[in-house]
Amino acid sequence: MTPLAGFLLVAALLFSIGLAGALTRRNAILVLIGIELMLNAANLNLIAFWRYGPHPEALTGMMFATFSIAVAAAEAAVGLGLVISIHRHAHTTDLDLMNRMKG
Amino acid sequence: MNLVFYLLAALTVAGGLAAMLLKNTVHCALALTVAFAGLALLYLDLDAQFAGFAQLLIYVGAVAILVVFAILLTKGSETPKDGVFSRTWLAGLAVAAAVFAVLAWSILQSVSRLTQAAKAPAVTVQQIGVALISRYVLPLEIVAVLLTVALIGAVIVAMHEKEGGAQ
Amino acid sequence: MIETSDQIFVLLLHWLVSFLPAPWQPVASAVLCAAAIVCLFPALFALAVWLERKGLGRMQNRLGPNRVGPFGLLQPIADGIKSLTKEDIVPLSADAAVHFLAPVVLVVTVFMGFAVLPMGRNMVLVDLDAGLLFYFAMGASTELAVFMAGWSSRNKYSLLGAMRAVAQMISYEVVLLLSSVVVVMITGSLSLTRIVEAQNHYTWGLPHWYIFTPWGLAGFVMYAIAATAETNRSPFDLPEGESELVAGYHTEYSGFKFALFFLGEYVAMFSISGLGTTLFLGGWSAPFSFLTWVPSWIWFFSKLMLSIFVFIWLRGTLPRLRQDQLMNFAWKFVLPMCLLNLLVTGLWRFLGDGWLRWVVCSAILLLAYVGIALGEQRKKHIGPRSYRYAE
Repeated sequence: MTPLAGFLLVAALLFSIGLAGALTRRNAILVLIGIELMLNAANLNLIAFWRYGPHPEALTGMMFATFSIAVAAAEAAVGLGLVISIHRHAHTTDLDLMNRMKG
Repeated sequence: MNLVFYLLAALTVAGGLAAMLLKNTVHCALALTVAFAGLALLYLDLDAQFAGFAQLLIYVGAVAILVVFAILLTKGSETPKDGVFSRTWLAGLAVAAAVFAVLAWSILQSVSRLTQAAKAPAVTVQQIGVALISRYVLPLEIVAVLLTVALIGAVIVAMHEKEGGAQ
Repeated sequence: MIETSDQIFVLLLHWLVSFLPAPWQPVASAVLCAAAIVCLFPALFALAVWLERKGLGRMQNRLGPNRVGPFGLLQPIADGIKSLTKEDIVPLSADAAVHFLAPVVLVVTVFMGFAVLPMGRNMVLVDLDAGLLFYFAMGASTELAVFMAGWSSRNKYSLLGAMRAVAQMISYEVVLLLSSVVVVMITGSLSLTRIVEAQNHYTWGLPHWYIFTPWGLAGFVMYAIAATAETNRSPFDLPEGESELVAGYHTEYSGFKFALFFLGEYVAMFSISGLGTTLFLGGWSAPFSFLTWVPSWIWFFSKLMLSIFVFIWLRGTLPRLRQDQLMNFAWKFVLPMCLLNLLVTGLWRFLGDGWLRWVVCSAILLLAYVGIALGEQRKKHIGPRSYRYAE
């Protein structure tokens, strides 16, 4: 197994762990944590290809990953703000209880 | 495939698993921080120094603290009464397992066709800086605007509304 | 002879490492340097504890410790023995794993910062291309340890102290980063060794330290403010204010773990002073060109101890700031000044050499400082004090 395949498998494993957590946990914040894990796994993929793939340009992978980190941080901030606001309204963060459109 | 890679991969995956399986939400957030740190070390193993340090600075230094603050503000540190996993946990797990199976199969199938450059691309911070201003200036400015908008929006969404209308 | 005394530690390292076979030499050299740092800075910590207690005592018109050894010099040893032999109490409802790990994480991340500081000519543990970024990444990880300590104690005072500390550290982290960016702008590199070498030139005997430029002085003042707030030192020590919060986030820690928090706080002070010295005070370079015969590491550590003395002096002199005053100060005054400093540094670079850039940059910074300060004063309507109860 080549080093590249090793890193890609780790990224795939992290992605599926994050996906499993986002789909099965009840707390909204844990769903967001799962999403962050998925984004990080994609970043690992990008950096692994940057290191072991062909290099028409030496910087693309690193730049892509850096911008991805910045955008993921912004998305985490907005998502957590939303969760706080929902908690203030519904007094719970349990996603199984929030299954009605009525506010 | 050296020992360092296996250790770091084990650390990261263990952190991810703990983040998704533990009952106490704050413990999950701290396990997520371990996963972030493991990923930063993996980036350093891949000779991506700038990405590794940026990952530590942004994720461990800011996003993890944000998650922890959100948990504390929504009383997430109390363990829920009727289980932490949703009623449909089996379906979610099956979907995630299927996704992993597809990804792993495609990686192992195609690995012989992926070329391997043994030498790491030598990227200095100065090159990154020049590229950010010359070639990637549009994404840089857009990310700046995006971050400003996102932060202002997050503050407004999470702010207490005064009685009698939004502030 | 001068060269030897300057490079004496480097030569010692090479001599010690030459006993080992060639493949082991890089690892052994790194391990020896790290061991030296881990042994040296706790010793300096003991000295700093003594200096603080004596210094504070003198500033407060009292003697300070003078029983244990001549001038109380063995007091840190007595403190160390006490901390190590005290009972380690963990509250029953505390989260045992996180409670144990918090001081460990703090001390580890604080010591990691020393890896990129150049303590003398050729005396840096790892010469990273992005050294400054590494240092700030380690500093950001410290905040998490503080939160872990406060939350795991299951104590209202601890949690409140931890929240205040984390909020303060995050706000001033932004200020710290922005005030360091001006140095990177002028030097053109994030590598700390290059920053020191860029300051190692002399004109008419005076050094080219960045603190002697208008933007450098403003940057240094803001860096010092942010450094005081980052390490939770007075006047920003509300998170551990003894009169308000018992002991803040380390209330429930006793014995060796408390000693680790204490060590972590002082070593963080050393670390951040070391970075400030490297960025603004010229690192290991001598103040005058005729003094370059003194070894470089002596200069670095003298400047470091001078910064520590200034920290102690601030603690003994200024009153504590309230939490909201502290945050207002960071976001509404220091941060705009930092951004203005960035602009001024850009002007400095593009106005070319000569007296014009000195005048323009100093004028802009002074006007902004006086303008914002006066504007804030006028808003507050400060009049003669009125007393509610003491009539």
